[in-house]
Amino acid sequence: MSNSFLEIIDVTKRFGDILALDKVNLKIEKSEIFSLLGSSGCGKSTLLRIIAGFEKPDQGKILLEGNDITNHPPYIRPLNIMFQNYALFPHLNVTNNIKFGLKEESFSKQEINNRVNEILNLLELNGLEERKVNEISGGQQQRVALARCLVKKPKLLLLDEPLAALDKQLRIQTQFELVNLQNKLGITFIIVTHDQEEAISLSDRMAIMQNGEILQVGNPVEIYEKPKNTYIANFLGTANIFHILNKDNQIIIEELNYEIKNINYNKNFNKCLIRPEKINIKKIENQSGNSNIGIVKEVAYLGSYTKYLIEVNGIQFYSFMQNSLVSDNLQIKWDDKIEFKFNDSSIFLFND
Amino acid sequence: MTKLNSNLMIHQYFCLMIRYLKKQNFWFVFTPYFWLVLFFFIPLALIFKISISVSEWGMPPYRDLFSLSEEGFKFDSTLSNYLFIFSDPFYIRSYLNSLSLAFTSTILCLVIGYPIAFYVAKSQANIRIILLVLLIIPFWTSFLLRVYAWKVLLQGSGIINSILIHLGFLTEPISMLHNHYAVILGVVYTYLPFMILPLYGYLVKFDLNLIDAANDLGAKPVNTFLKVILPLSLPGIIAGSMLVFIPVVGEFVIPEMLGGSDKLYFGKIIWDEFFVNRDWPVASALAMSGIVILVFPIVIFQLMYAKYNFKNE
Repeated sequence: MSNSFLEIIDVTKRFGDILALDKVNLKIEKSEIFSLLGSSGCGKSTLLRIIAGFEKPDQGKILLEGNDITNHPPYIRPLNIMFQNYALFPHLNVTNNIKFGLKEESFSKQEINNRVNEILNLLELNGLEERKVNEISGGQQQRVALARCLVKKPKLLLLDEPLAALDKQLRIQTQFELVNLQNKLGITFIIVTHDQEEAISLSDRMAIMQNGEILQVGNPVEIYEKPKNTYIANFLGTANIFHILNKDNQIIIEELNYEIKNINYNKNFNKCLIRPEKINIKKIENQSGNSNIGIVKEVAYLGSYTKYLIEVNGIQFYSFMQNSLVSDNLQIKWDDKIEFKFNDSSIFLFND
Repeated sequence: MTKLNSNLMIHQYFCLMIRYLKKQNFWFVFTPYFWLVLFFFIPLALIFKISISVSEWGMPPYRDLFSLSEEGFKFDSTLSNYLFIFSDPFYIRSYLNSLSLAFTSTILCLVIGYPIAFYVAKSQANIRIILLVLLIIPFWTSFLLRVYAWKVLLQGSGIINSILIHLGFLTEPISMLHNHYAVILGVVYTYLPFMILPLYGYLVKFDLNLIDAANDLGAKPVNTFLKVILPLSLPGIIAGSMLVFIPVVGEFVIPEMLGGSDKLYFGKIIWDEFFVNRDWPVASALAMSGIVILVFPIVIFQLMYAKYNFKNE
């Protein structure tokens, strides 16, 4: 007996020679925001289309609340999808777009009107009822697309790149609105995105996909701080990856010739990750026997923080410093000698 | 001073260029209209002139509308040609035959052409090009030859009869030619591409996500077709139907070659009046009435539709 809301079991899908999904297993819980994150061609959209029912998996099963819906056509699945291009019906006005799904069910006119009014209020679409969908702005179109799904009160809402078509300002605002809406309604959201920042800020849990496989599932903090492999580490944010060596029970970061103390070591570990924001640098005037010395190769001022590219023994890594004190950071320039420092507890060891 | 001069020169240059462009624009816009006036309105006016002339033996077989003689300027016109054709049910019946042929074949072209257009529009780009070429290839052969080929196929000793006899469905050849079914077959065959191409033009722009969206919102395939695909391809359906319906009403080659004496069609009657009876005024009156009865409602419909479309864009 399973308790998960949506279960994807051994789902495999081929398109000709291309293996789009390779035995994907995933459990999604009720009322969570779950993101499928990956670069284009990783199979995330195919998985979404299989959940929606537009594609049939070659193998495997989809269970929704324990019911096998693998062979159900899309029009009887109790879930809805919001398309990346919204796929609003251009020949219908806003109200009729929202009504479309309700008219396919046996609701009374009264019920339909009540539900439409309710959703118009919820998504602040009042005043646009009679407008054609190509007469309204991108943000409004997105809300109509959302309303058209939510008015059906689905158990599960699939969102395909929900924010990709919006400009940056609107995107951030809409992110918060989506999360608020989800909290209010309690509907399970599955979001497909290639935008890691979007995934991190929206989701309760997320899955990283590559080449039709799920590499890691977890909450955003877990995946950012403890990635399973180099690909994931690089995919989420910027990563400094080093090799580690075990020399006579001394654990050493090979490239930096740095000994790590106070860490749980297991002999399978061969790499380590140090996120750039955890490396602090300080300008030094004279070389005084200190070992953690590097040279600044690039400086990029980004407002709230500054990116430094540091070179040590011919290898390069990043350090991000908060610009809390202007005077501190502005002193460091190209080709300056610096001393770098990080806490041993911010080093994450893994095997790849 | 030199700077001022050069500025002035640049200004003059731009003025010249703008004037030149405006001139270009004029020709660009009005060339089609000249074409229309020269090859459509002038001939139409001539036909109209003949249709209100008095029939006469001679060459041309009608009396001049205006004549100058010793008695002075004379204006000689009559509406009797129109009165004649509307008083004889023979002409009206042939016109109705043509309308019913046009209607039947438009519906058949739509029913056959729609799935084809949809399939072509939704195939992969490289296959789509091949399919489009296959649709257009028949135009490389003369239309007359293609209709003639049907004559050969359908005749008593033709390949269709031979196959049916060979397979044992028939004991002796049946007459498939020279009846109005053969005419419908020929018309549908000939005009099918005119239905498919405009439909294709609209369907190729159709966003397939809309079908998925309708399905996802609970619409079964039939409802998806009726509520989403059909309304969005309506302009293509109208364009294709007009391209088939209008020329088929005046079609005379196909009835001539494949048709028999069971039904007479309007185009054939006009031909006979012109070249067999040599009654140019009656033939012209027939042609003019045909245009008025057919084209004016269509023009009004088009204007209304354009207005509707404009409102909805």
